[in-house]
Amino acid sequence: MIFGFPVISVAIWLPIIFGILVLATGDDKNAPLARMIALVGSVLGFLVTIPLYTGFMLDTAEMQFVERHQWIPRFNIEYFLGVDGISVLFILLTAFFTPLVVVAGWKVIEKRVAQYMASFLIMSGIMIGVFAALDAILFYVFWEAMLIPMFLIIGVWGGANRVYAAVKFFLYTLLGSLLMLVALIYLYNQSGGSFSILDFHQTLIPMSAQILIFIAFFFAFAVKVPMFPVHTWLPDAHVEAPTGGSVVLAAIMLKVGAYGFLRFSMPIAPDASHELAGVMIALSLIAVVYIGLVALTQTDMKKLVAYSSISHMGFVTLGFFIFNAYGMEGALLQMISHGFVSGALFLCIGVLYDRMHSRNIADYGGVVNTMPVFAAFFMLFAMANSGLPGTSGFVGEFIVILGAVKANFWYAFAAASTLIFGAAYTLWMYKRVIFGAVANSHVAELTDLTWREIAIFTVLAITVLGMGLYPLPFSEIMHTSVNEFLVHVARSKLPM
Amino acid sequence: MGSDLMTNLMPVSAEIFLLVMVCAILVADQLIKQSGRLFTYMLVQLTLLGCSLITVGTHEPGVAYVFNGMVVDDLMSDILKLLTYLSVSMMLVYTRQYLTDRGLFTGEFMALTLFATMGMMVMISANHFLTLYLGLELLSLALYAIVALQRDSAVATEAAMKYFILGALASGLLLYGMSMLYGATGSLHLQAVSQAIASGAADQNLLVFGLVFVVAGLAFKLGAVPFHMWVPDVYHGAPTAMTMLIGSAPKLAAFAFVSRILVEGLQPLMQHWSGMLIILAIGSMALGNITAIAQTNIKRMFAYSTIAHMGFLLLGFISGSIEGYGSSMFYAVVYVLMSLGAFGMIMLLSREGFESDKLDDFKGLNQRSPWLAFMMLLLMFSMAGVPPTVGFYAKFMVLNAVVQAGYIWLAVAAVMFSLIGAFYYLRIVKLMYFDAPETHAPIVVGSDTSLLMTVNGLGVLALGLLPGTLMSVCSVAVQQSLLIGH
Repeated sequence: MIFGFPVISVAIWLPIIFGILVLATGDDKNAPLARMIALVGSVLGFLVTIPLYTGFMLDTAEMQFVERHQWIPRFNIEYFLGVDGISVLFILLTAFFTPLVVVAGWKVIEKRVAQYMASFLIMSGIMIGVFAALDAILFYVFWEAMLIPMFLIIGVWGGANRVYAAVKFFLYTLLGSLLMLVALIYLYNQSGGSFSILDFHQTLIPMSAQILIFIAFFFAFAVKVPMFPVHTWLPDAHVEAPTGGSVVLAAIMLKVGAYGFLRFSMPIAPDASHELAGVMIALSLIAVVYIGLVALTQTDMKKLVAYSSISHMGFVTLGFFIFNAYGMEGALLQMISHGFVSGALFLCIGVLYDRMHSRNIADYGGVVNTMPVFAAFFMLFAMANSGLPGTSGFVGEFIVILGAVKANFWYAFAAASTLIFGAAYTLWMYKRVIFGAVANSHVAELTDLTWREIAIFTVLAITVLGMGLYPLPFSEIMHTSVNEFLVHVARSKLPM
Repeated sequence: MGSDLMTNLMPVSAEIFLLVMVCAILVADQLIKQSGRLFTYMLVQLTLLGCSLITVGTHEPGVAYVFNGMVVDDLMSDILKLLTYLSVSMMLVYTRQYLTDRGLFTGEFMALTLFATMGMMVMISANHFLTLYLGLELLSLALYAIVALQRDSAVATEAAMKYFILGALASGLLLYGMSMLYGATGSLHLQAVSQAIASGAADQNLLVFGLVFVVAGLAFKLGAVPFHMWVPDVYHGAPTAMTMLIGSAPKLAAFAFVSRILVEGLQPLMQHWSGMLIILAIGSMALGNITAIAQTNIKRMFAYSTIAHMGFLLLGFISGSIEGYGSSMFYAVVYVLMSLGAFGMIMLLSREGFESDKLDDFKGLNQRSPWLAFMMLLLMFSMAGVPPTVGFYAKFMVLNAVVQAGYIWLAVAAVMFSLIGAFYYLRIVKLMYFDAPETHAPIVVGSDTSLLMTVNGLGVLALGLLPGTLMSVCSVAVQQSLLIGH
């Protein structure tokens, strides 16, 4: 809180309230009004999160902007919110993407506009809640509630196979969540009747229980990240989701899983984390290398970027489990950067899809001839995805590789292969879609970006370049928290 | 002597008032033409309101035993009774239009409903094996008749027949078990039975043998696997209004019934009955959730879902702790609320000559009526136990009690079956939101039912955002009532 003003609560509830307002506009007769309210709500939602950045104190690892009230006294469950250097950037990222998604769906979404816009606004509030919750049950409520709007977004506005994808997405995630719930209840009883995550961090737990807790959390978070081998829902969900859904999935929802490792698995079960770090690193490297190769063979653009996301998220989990400052900070930067880049790429594919109604690479060719402005933006984001120095994609990957070298040369060697594969699959796709002769009459009829699309891409391009050239504003905010975190996870929590 | 009689009568004054009113309604109804049936309906609602006022007005702190300890009046009984009135009253609002359309909106239906309510009240307040049995029979006989009320429907008659025969069998088992417990302990008073068992004087073999029969009888009434066979047929066969009556308030009475017998009467045998309940609970959750997936009739699907929910409810008892019993009570209350909403929705979508009881009838509801679809979405996610709806906290409390008792594997099994359960609730949401409607027939809903549906659906959400009060009420009720017996 600053000056008694509950910033985080406002950041959570403002978009949700606007979402309900949008719903109240009713059916598609009032679609323009629904769009306007959604835009105002999402922009306001972003503006109210800015104090979290400007008012953030860099020299402490304590929770800031804390709000703490009784919620369910019977179980000592609290409405307990706060941010530290690890979570604050994700809140900003979430709020940043909501207006972009609203604008991206401005013209494209024609049926049930109010419900579409409301789903995104409500989901944005809920996701901020996930990043800010410091009470385990509050976290769980936000975590699960997030599924409901996403389920509807994929299922109602998605592609041909949307129902299958939506149900698969929901059940996959629910599986992990329910196991996590049992672990949380166990921790509640171990910690002497508190659901505060900070108390969980101090609770001593025997090794066998730590391993089980770690596995329960692993199911919840690994599914969301997603890590190999529980990644199979992601390509389906991405391909079938509407553009906005893909953007939110890739840019934010995947980060929620990785964030869970930092907030729960590693600090609550540090001994088990060290014990199982080998497995985690192996799974991460498989994701980086193998999924990178899988991406190479895709013929569907969205699937390609989806697999590329899995591969990039492998970097993130690798960075976490090598337990050094480079790895951790690199991983966090990679998460932020991947949010921007993958979001931008999905928006690019959305632009093409809106015009051609195809995601097949083979249906395109020579787009640069008809859409030169688009081709330039797409180029930048493709380069960022392959980790070109000067773009945000480079910073995180480079630092993680530095950290990996410190841990084990071969980890770094395997991880660095992504610089080759990443460039290969992204640029090859780019070449096939953009360059060459005009492939068919549909491509010849393409029109270049509208001012609305240019606005979205300009914002993203500035961010991607800015973060690549001057990452300090991002890294300095997480510095103290990351160091404190590493000290914490190095300490054993086994009972004496 | 006179004041002695008064102290005896005070705690049962709600029951007496109800009985008087039922008799009055039965007589008055003879003089009313079908067009004036609304008067009877209002009278029934007023009776329920009167009962609530009396129950609140005669509430005394502490536990009072009256009629030589046959009847108990405590906080738990008062709260459960109030919730019973409320759910019966909600049931009547939901069913009025449905029954009118089918010519079943009769005085008999309402009188039988009130008799069933009285049976539930007796069960809730019973402190003696015979009182428990009397209450149960009063409830059951009224329900058998209600299911058979649609005389020209073969399915309903078949359902009533099955319900009656299996119900009678269950009553027989229960009675047989009680007689053995009586033989072993020499008493039918719950506290006396409990003391006799705790003293160790009673024949252990006979006790356990009797216990098996009692638990089997209870499982029959609850519809727990492997005594569940009647549930799908009765839920499916009975007209939806009757299904709603069976599937709502009696679950509250069933909770009271189980907690009176097992906790107040047979707590010293806990190590025996908790083992049996584990098997019943796991079987119910497994079979209920898995079989529900294969159903195409939504009433049948809810029948299997009820079986699964009853399994979850029984889990709360296994812990043998006050937290556990409180969690079961919370679960029962929440379940009744969700069940009323779900069956209410089926009736809302039905109209004259059309039963909306196929899963496919829910297709595209979001396009036909977004608000109703949203209410159903809340109810379904609540049944699946997804926050921020109250169904999550019901599962959460039970799981917490189970983990506290050290049965972590059981908690894991329970959540895995919930995961399976989530699939078929999700399918309803899928049908409503993702599919195109098969019919564009307008949905005609009375203002009373649509208001109630809104309250019901939003209630599930509001209780999910602020579940603290209801949780505390359940915990305190169980604490003050079940502990003092020991």
